[in-house]
Amino acid sequence: MRFSRVLRVGAVVAATSLALAACGGGNGGGGGGDEGGNESLVSRAESGRLTVGIKIDQPGLGLQTPDGGYEGFDVDVAKYIAKELGVEEGDIEFVETPSAQRENMIEKGDVDFIVASYSITDERKQKVDFAGPYFLAHQDLLVRADDNSIQGAEDLNGKKLCSVRGSTSAQNVKEDFAKDADLQEYAGYSECLTGLENGAVDALTTDDTILAGYAAQNPGKFKLVGANLSDENYGVGLKKGDTEGRTAINNAIKKMQDSGEWKKSAEKWFGPSGYQVGEPPAIEQ
Amino acid sequence: MFDFLSEYDVLGAFWVTVQLTFFSAIGSLIWGTILAGMRVSPVPLMRGFAASYINLMRNTPLTLIILACSLGLNQTLGMTLAGQNFEQQNYRLAILGFVAYTATFVCESIRSGINTVPVGQAEAARALGLGFTQVLGIVVLPQAFRSVVGPLASVLIALTKNTTIASTIGVAEASLLMSEMIENESDKIFLVFAIFALGFVILTLPTGLLLGWVAKKAAVKR
Repeated sequence: MRFSRVLRVGAVVAATSLALAACGGGNGGGGGGDEGGNESLVSRAESGRLTVGIKIDQPGLGLQTPDGGYEGFDVDVAKYIAKELGVEEGDIEFVETPSAQRENMIEKGDVDFIVASYSITDERKQKVDFAGPYFLAHQDLLVRADDNSIQGAEDLNGKKLCSVRGSTSAQNVKEDFAKDADLQEYAGYSECLTGLENGAVDALTTDDTILAGYAAQNPGKFKLVGANLSDENYGVGLKKGDTEGRTAINNAIKKMQDSGEWKKSAEKWFGPSGYQVGEPPAIEQ
Repeated sequence: MFDFLSEYDVLGAFWVTVQLTFFSAIGSLIWGTILAGMRVSPVPLMRGFAASYINLMRNTPLTLIILACSLGLNQTLGMTLAGQNFEQQNYRLAILGFVAYTATFVCESIRSGINTVPVGQAEAARALGLGFTQVLGIVVLPQAFRSVVGPLASVLIALTKNTTIASTIGVAEASLLMSEMIENESDKIFLVFAIFALGFVILTLPTGLLLGWVAKKAAVKR
């Protein structure tokens, strides 16, 4: 019968979507932390190997080099933390953690901790714990080096602005400080940079750390405005409930800041663009 | 559990998806039919153009075509399609890209439909003194269309899902809202995903069922 077949298909679809929805709800409320063993970060570090999540496509923060290595400020922080936990540089396995997958990769135990321009937010704290913050970034604007018409958010209305689709920065622009700006959203920063370079857009907006990395990669072409549009506290993400691991990472970050290693690395990666590296943020988590 | 949905315009985003699909479908049906006409025409130059256009477009990733519309046509060549701002321009450029890409599949479906019309009919029409456009328009295409409703429904469903690629150039359709929600509601990723998956099922399933029924009714019984 034709009709009953339609009904059957409908029932299957409804059941599947319910199951998926229940799945999502369960994860949201449960908080996780029970899969993949309850081993703490410190005891895993004692085995001599660690898996660390980073970004591999952000110059200055985490970037894969042509020879397969990784470099950037986040990578330096990750290496320092691993060293403090007793793990040699060669025994760290770096894994790419795309923004949308970070919480899941921590929960499943794919990575031991994440240093990937990971802003501390309340929603994220539902699923993972944060150590740090190890850096205080701000949303900022990148403009062509010879363009002096944009000095802050108030100059943006009527200008052409570019950002990455779905990102917090893009949403801030739309809802908050430049409702009348003409916003172009692309899937990645590189398309925005092309547009900025050939004059199709006037400014690129996202965290100043990322912008500083791109500016340093293209010397003389772009400059940072220094608009301080928002505060982003970068934290180190780790499995929820691992208090011992969090304390160990916090101590490592503190030591990195006190030893001057922190400032040296920040200036190395962000300095060439004219970015002023401030004081390290106080550890709050 | 669903409280957070009130902060987002999910229906509005899916409405943009529906609009993108609608205009792209109309456009690609027209352009695809013209291409099919060229593909079977007696003029070698037209056949050659249609064949090379189809092979080029069909074998290029859609993301690349959509991105080329924005970076190439808009930013480099300054083509705005009379749009006042990026929102309008990207919307129109995306439709242009979808039409250019989907028309190749429409054309190939129609061409297969043309092959189902017995060659004797075209010969009989020619013998009656009808020209090429008359043979195609009056005799062959009406029958061809009736036999390809099913394949065209598949193309339409594929197009509906392909419209998510418009978000790579910032068209505010469903998948762009999904990226925003994943960014903000990181504790409910699976739920967000399920909502959008369900949304697309709601769009495509009735399309398939309805057009499947139409295909049965319309098919030429031989």
